[in-house]
Amino acid sequence: MDIVVLVKQVPDTEALVQIADDGVSIKTQDIKWTMNPYDELAVEEALQIKEAQGGTVTILTLGPDKAIEAIRTALAMGADQGVHINDPAAQGSDSLATAKLLAAALKDIPYDLIIAGHRAVDEDNYQVASAVAELLGIPQVSMVNKAEIAEGKITCHRTVEGGTVVVEASLPALFTTQRGLNEPRYASLPGIMKAKKKPVDVKTVADLGVDAAMVGAANRKVKIKALNLPPERQAVKMIEGEATADKAAALVKILHEETKII
Amino acid sequence: MAQGVFAITEQRDGELRKVSLEAVSEGRRVADGLGADLTAVVLGTGIEGLAEELKKYGPDKIWVVDDPALADYTTDAYTNILSGLIQTADPAVIILGASAQGKDLAGRLAARLDAGVAMDCTAIKLDNGSLTYTRPMFGGKIVADVAIEGALQIVAIRPNVMDITEAAKDSAIEKPAAEVGEVKTAVIQKTMDTGDKIELTEADIIVSGGRGTGGDYAVIEALAAELGAAVGASRSAVDEGWRPHSDQVGQTGKTVSPTLYVACGISGAIQHLAGMSTSKYIVAINKDAEAPIFSKADFGIAGDLFDVVPALTEEVKKVKG
Repeated sequence: MDIVVLVKQVPDTEALVQIADDGVSIKTQDIKWTMNPYDELAVEEALQIKEAQGGTVTILTLGPDKAIEAIRTALAMGADQGVHINDPAAQGSDSLATAKLLAAALKDIPYDLIIAGHRAVDEDNYQVASAVAELLGIPQVSMVNKAEIAEGKITCHRTVEGGTVVVEASLPALFTTQRGLNEPRYASLPGIMKAKKKPVDVKTVADLGVDAAMVGAANRKVKIKALNLPPERQAVKMIEGEATADKAAALVKILHEETKII
Repeated sequence: MAQGVFAITEQRDGELRKVSLEAVSEGRRVADGLGADLTAVVLGTGIEGLAEELKKYGPDKIWVVDDPALADYTTDAYTNILSGLIQTADPAVIILGASAQGKDLAGRLAARLDAGVAMDCTAIKLDNGSLTYTRPMFGGKIVADVAIEGALQIVAIRPNVMDITEAAKDSAIEKPAAEVGEVKTAVIQKTMDTGDKIELTEADIIVSGGRGTGGDYAVIEALAAELGAAVGASRSAVDEGWRPHSDQVGQTGKTVSPTLYVACGISGAIQHLAGMSTSKYIVAINKDAEAPIFSKADFGIAGDLFDVVPALTEEVKKVKG
């Protein structure tokens, strides 16, 4: 089973994200970058499948120089090799352009299965994996918290509002991860040492045969007009009172009379 | 030239999802603003009645695609049919819900039609005939205004945010020709929560518990039951195994927008705040009066949740009489 995992480096979820002076991007300095948490689940799942069935795990990412860190983390966890699409012309691509670049790279990588996070926790677009599957003409299953492979088919437990739907797809296929799928391992020290020697292939937009006029910040279909901080709430009104019952009564009175919710 | 607005509705087992009514209502507002027609599209099998129900929200046309192959949602069948309908009708804007289904579908449909998507939008603004979409990013730490270039714009709206407006019309119900085409996925089983468990992303009220519960959710559940609320949890509570992953609110869980969010024993980690900051009213209950959650709350009680929450339940009972 040859597996490709789509990985993205994103700001850590505990990071304070600040708007850059241009008003349409974020300050990329001074924040901790990490592998997208849903992609960690994808790497772990790929490694577990490889350990059970044999095969290879290839990590594919699009990002600037520092995105190599996300590939190295995955290699240290146990993946075999990396492909890094690194080209200034590709920077700032929107979801569809990103998918076109990843799909172009996947033409040269053998795969039976592609695993990705269901979204990256930066732009929260929920689109790249679906678009990659479409561009490759393979089936997709999203937000999976359990996957089983047998006889050329994958059976995925897909989380939906209020339940789970079990979806079967023929391989090759793509699925995206949801929390609950597994517990990602930490890279071991020997793993980190080995990762340094594992091959990482660097590709440019031209290498992939993709038209540079379709990718990059200047060619986004989805243009960011402005980034804003969410509106601030009024200062909290602390409910005071002698006894707990008094405070509870005061709060419920407000919720009942002012907000009309209860 | 592309014109008109499509609202793609979502039904499960013959029932329209709430976000679909939001999508049709918002579609009506956008279509009126653009001076264009609104077509509501419903896919499924045995769904005649749903078209009648959709008339209430005022589409000009309702397109019904009824096929046994559409009994359950599959990405392939929906993409095949919808892309065909869209290529025929050539609408300028497509609105759908950013539900589990919409999030799965939007990227695939966009890639087939080579269109841009504004995902999980909380507002659509119309100015001089051009549309701007407001959408949270970084789990809500940042709010972006985006515009889409190209003949077709796809917008997925965040459930529970936009208003449902009744504006009944004698909409024309039509059954356009549509091909299910090649389908490489099959739904082989569905396991839905039994009873009346309320879905977090659709709930009007959420009572959420964090580390402060110590794993004991009895008082939280009692208050939720009294309020008719859904129960949520922080990441640490889920990591501890106290609640299932499906209950997690936050940047790596669900993003929720209820009318009232009651955070109990949740300190307010930035990734949790990201997932609930678009709630209309936020109430925080925490032992630590300095907890960050209070900085994002409208109302707060500093106190032990095991005292405060049962007291709230009693008061709610009194009010409800």
